Amino acid sequence: MTAPAISVTGLTKRFGARTVVDGVTLSVAKGEIMGFLGPNGSGKTTTIRMMCGLLEPDGGEGRVLGHDIRHERRAIKRKVGYMTQRFSFYEDLTIAENLNFVAGLYGMKPARKAVRDTLADLGLTARRDQLAGSLSGGWKQRLALAACIMHKPDLLMLDEPTAGVDPKARREFWDEIHALADGGLTVLVSTHYMDEAERCHRIAYISFGHLIAQGKVPQVVRDAGLTTMIITGPKTAEAARLLKGALGVDQVAPFGATLHVVGTDAELLKKTVEKVARDTGNAAADSETSLEDVFIQLMGESEDTPT
Amino acid sequence: MSRFFSFTRLAALLVKESIQMRRDRVTFAMMIGVPLLQLMLFGFAINTDPKGLPAALVAPTQDRFTRAMISALELTGYYRFVAPDASAPLAEEMIARGDVAFVVTVPSDFGRRIERGDRARILIEADATDPSVASGAISTLSTVAASALRREAGLDATAPPGNGIDITVHRRYNPEGITQYNIVPGLLGVILQLTMVMMTAMALIRETERGTMENLLSMPATPLEIMLGKVVPYFAVGAVQVAVVLVSAKLVFDVPFVGAVHVVLAGIFVFVLALVILGYLISTVSRTQMQAMQLTFFFFLPSLLLSGFMFPYRGMPPWAQVLGEIFPLTHFLRLIRSVMLKGADATTVAGSFSALTLFAIGLALLALLRFRRTLD
Ligand SMILES: Nc1ncnc2c1ncn2[C@@H]1O[C@H](COP(=O)(O)OP(=O)(O)OP(=O)(O)O)[C@@H](O)[C@H]1O
Ligand SMILES: [Mg+2]
Repeated sequence: MTAPAISVTGLTKRFGARTVVDGVTLSVAKGEIMGFLGPNGSGKTTTIRMMCGLLEPDGGEGRVLGHDIRHERRAIKRKVGYMTQRFSFYEDLTIAENLNFVAGLYGMKPARKAVRDTLADLGLTARRDQLAGSLSGGWKQRLALAACIMHKPDLLMLDEPTAGVDPKARREFWDEIHALADGGLTVLVSTHYMDEAERCHRIAYISFGHLIAQGKVPQVVRDAGLTTMIITGPKTAEAARLLKGALGVDQVAPFGATLHVVGTDAELLKKTVEKVARDTGNAAADSETSLEDVFIQLMGESEDTPT
Repeated sequence: MSRFFSFTRLAALLVKESIQMRRDRVTFAMMIGVPLLQLMLFGFAINTDPKGLPAALVAPTQDRFTRAMISALELTGYYRFVAPDASAPLAEEMIARGDVAFVVTVPSDFGRRIERGDRARILIEADATDPSVASGAISTLSTVAASALRREAGLDATAPPGNGIDITVHRRYNPEGITQYNIVPGLLGVILQLTMVMMTAMALIRETERGTMENLLSMPATPLEIMLGKVVPYFAVGAVQVAVVLVSAKLVFDVPFVGAVHVVLAGIFVFVLALVILGYLISTVSRTQMQAMQLTFFFFLPSLLLSGFMFPYRGMPPWAQVLGEIFPLTHFLRLIRSVMLKGADATTVAGSFSALTLFAIGLALLALLRFRRTLD
């Protein structure tokens, strides 16, 4: 195996007295697509910024593409494509002008051709002279993504690249990401979408600055040790009311006409759910635990962690 | 409570505003400190009836007549002979450079002629580029000098002037005392300064405020590149301004243009460079556009008043003159007035030229040092 594309240990960042990222240790192999998940404000953006040299870590160290994240920032910047969470291209420049700017900064030759190809890939050739600020939110995302892939980086760090993007464009985006990863590109992508997490080779879950779970999706689900049951029938709403806060029940979530009930103690859960189902005239059955169930569980557990 | 006005709402707004103000330390300090500082500064520094103006004396034979005249002139308080024994070429250079405002030339046969009772003549040259320097001092000059000399020669001090002694006053460079001659080249400096510094000061802040800084920093651009990328376009704008002001100086005010054009242009070049870099430096130390704006004005007003643009530089107290040296505008005004109006050559203004160059380099280094490479 070759050296990992990202390898950081004990990465820590403080803003004032608050520790926003606390001892994050993460390793991403070359050609791997790593999903980066966690609730709002958990420190995803901050971690990514430290890894691409935009923030000075207060603790820890690491290498990105073989370069030290503290001392070799310039080398990292040349080889990494970073897509910011918030649109940060120039709204008062046209699409083509923005792409030209990026091509110029990376010293791409011939820049004109790269820009032309990118515009064609995006299907934006006809709108090349439109101001970037006048694009819709989803199109801004697509422009930003195209711009950070343009210089053929070895590593992509994408901070919620598909927020506000329609399903078809999202599917195209993920197809493209997988195609690029097959070609050896490494991708670290933060997201709040479960379906996207499931398309990653591996995922890492961060909460209140602590990395609390990582691995392949089935493994993360298995490690969580949760049991899930579903209740179907005419009176799921009443069952939900009874189950909320009941013994052994951690989560109750309606999915259409069915009710997902999740708990850590399999025995206890089964007993409670079956009793409630009987009492309300519904049917109970075993089910698969989903990644979403795991995340909701993780979020709930770490809520007590003081910040 | 009224629908159109409520004290509760007003109070909420006031509280919010004062909290914001308190949080923005720099703005707060500036709002309180700057007016106070400037009031103190200008209250003491500005003097429209300048005293103690530097003068040079060219007198090959330093006899009692010369000494009597010098002490009489110094007694008026208007003159200070900084070069009491200058040679003619040195005096000429000093007045061209602006080191002295007056040159008093006493011919070598002056004493002998007076003692013999012949007509004697002295020449007093005043730098009239800035008419306000010249006027007050010149008006006392002839009478004081004449009466002192006559007293020394034993003539009747109350006798009408011209009786034996001729005093010729030359208003150099601007014989008619036209204010525009002095103002217009200076105005070039001031206009350049205001717009250049202000515009460049916004440059980097806009990136930060619009969030584009994160993207810019994540791409491989060095601090120097970023600086030049900001500074050079504004430099070009400055060039256009220079052309406009110079052409209008010629066409509208008919300001004489005696010096070499290339020296003027070279001077403007370094000056504008220093200005845009200063603006960029402001941009690196401010966090918001408001702060940048205030820093610009904090710098602008004193430079306007202490550089010799509004008030005669040599008329200010020594400490204010020292303070004036820290503004590029001061050196630029010296340079451009010398060259445009007095026809000074490159070597005469070399001092101002190197000062401006030093400013540009020093400010650039400071800006590079201050530039934040991360988002911290
Ligand atoms: N420059 C800063 N100064 C102070 N606090 C900051 C700064 N940047 C981020 N934070 C804080 O750090 C914490 C983590 O922020 P971060 O943006 O990394 O979260 P995130 O996981 O990306 O969240 P989201 O999913 O909402 O994008 C937040 O509580 C935020 O308030
Ligand atoms: Mg974020």
